[in-house]
Amino acid sequence: MYVAVKGGEKAIDAAHAWLAEERRGDVNVPELSVEQIREQMTLAVNRVMAEGSLYDPDLAALAIKQSRGDLIEAIFLIRAYRTTLPRFGSTNPVDTEAMQCDRRISATFKDAPGGQILGPTFDYTHRLLDFKLAADGEAPEAPRRETQAGPVPHITDFLNKEGLIQTEADSDETPRDLTREPLELPADRALRLQSLTRGDEGFILGMAYSTQRGYARNHAFVGELRIGTCAVEMDIPELGFAVEIGEIELTECETVNQFAGSKSEPPQFTRGYGLVFGQTERKAISMALVDRALRWKEMGEDNMGAPAQDEEFVLYHADNIQATGFLEHIKLPHYVDFQSELELVRKMRAEAQAQTMPEAAE
Amino acid sequence: MHEIEERKGWIGLLAKAPADRLAALWETAAERPGFTHLRAPEVGGAMVRGRMGGTGAPFNLGEMTVTRCSVRLDSGEVGHGYVQGRDKAKAETAALIDALMQTRAAGAIRDAILTPLKAEMTKAKADRAEKAAATKVDFFTMVRGED
Repeated sequence: MYVAVKGGEKAIDAAHAWLAEERRGDVNVPELSVEQIREQMTLAVNRVMAEGSLYDPDLAALAIKQSRGDLIEAIFLIRAYRTTLPRFGSTNPVDTEAMQCDRRISATFKDAPGGQILGPTFDYTHRLLDFKLAADGEAPEAPRRETQAGPVPHITDFLNKEGLIQTEADSDETPRDLTREPLELPADRALRLQSLTRGDEGFILGMAYSTQRGYARNHAFVGELRIGTCAVEMDIPELGFAVEIGEIELTECETVNQFAGSKSEPPQFTRGYGLVFGQTERKAISMALVDRALRWKEMGEDNMGAPAQDEEFVLYHADNIQATGFLEHIKLPHYVDFQSELELVRKMRAEAQAQTMPEAAE
Repeated sequence: MHEIEERKGWIGLLAKAPADRLAALWETAAERPGFTHLRAPEVGGAMVRGRMGGTGAPFNLGEMTVTRCSVRLDSGEVGHGYVQGRDKAKAETAALIDALMQTRAAGAIRDAILTPLKAEMTKAKADRAEKAAATKVDFFTMVRGED
């Protein structure tokens, strides 16, 4: 029960003023600019864009500054802003085959056409703190190698040619949109993917890890992981044709999982899919594993009772803004609620005491 | 058909162009034509879609910010700008350039703005591709035993 209570405005104003001062920190230390956050805290910016579900690096950097680096708070700010935007339309699906890849690796084929491109990765670093970064240094420069831009085909295409992996059913059906209608179950795969791509990285990672540890294990290989930029094209009614309206960075992960087969069809590899805004590979791999686990029904697999197979459990708990909203509301005044509980527990204790008293007298 | 492809080309180029470079080139290149807004610059979002497994049915990935603007030049040509992000001045410049590209000024605009922009953006992409290429793994096999 909630009852409007007056008072506290002055305290709230003072709290917000202090928040602003604390956000700035020691004034003898130079202030961070939004551009610095955008350029040097890029992976935090990417996470805020992915889970805020809005691609705009400047806004995400501003949100990180405003939230003092609390990324869930920053995501909250972006989600709130997003709802104020009129929607001009939906884009054509991005063509990830045409991605300009900064990184592209396959754990299944060493000699994949297009090659193994490591990109700017933390992999193979020793995870030792680099104290040189604490000192002002010269701007590092990456080596280069001449290259001819060639196509970088999807790895799954090769398996497809032999019929060794499931094909994805192509369609141009308009996907349901969970920002426009409440998420109702059962959800189709389009809704699940939308929910996973904006879901909390930690939660999706935990769910994915649980499948690796044996809760609905699905034996995933990273068939391909690619990070790079894709053009985004949208139909413009006043022009009567589609034009590119921008370019976004994406991380795509395709997993190759163990077989499904039936009496009518020979065994085939199956697939999981992850696609996330920005350079966000932990999230994209996690998404692909959870996507695969959630496909158990269409694959005719057994329900192992594993959390990652439980659509309701995964989809209703993946959103960190929903979760934090409900979690954090319990710190707000519940004086009346609690008063009634207090009355109740006193009454119950009194009754219990009254019952035991006569026994004690006997 | 060819005209549509060309127009798609410059509208897309302007959408992706760095705002500061476009502003600088526009400043020096052209005299601002007389125009009226058919649609004043407006910030909004577009829902970006992906495909399941890269090739399958579409799903909603998340939105991106877009700013659009439409203008009519005093000489009658209509131009549309759709640019990534929230820069209203950039959207208006894009719409004006789209309109001017349908006039006799097209050649001058192309030389002064579109061609240098395209060259710079291609160069930036090539630079990135070269850095990526440097991280390409060259496998070699250790031969063991007698030869």
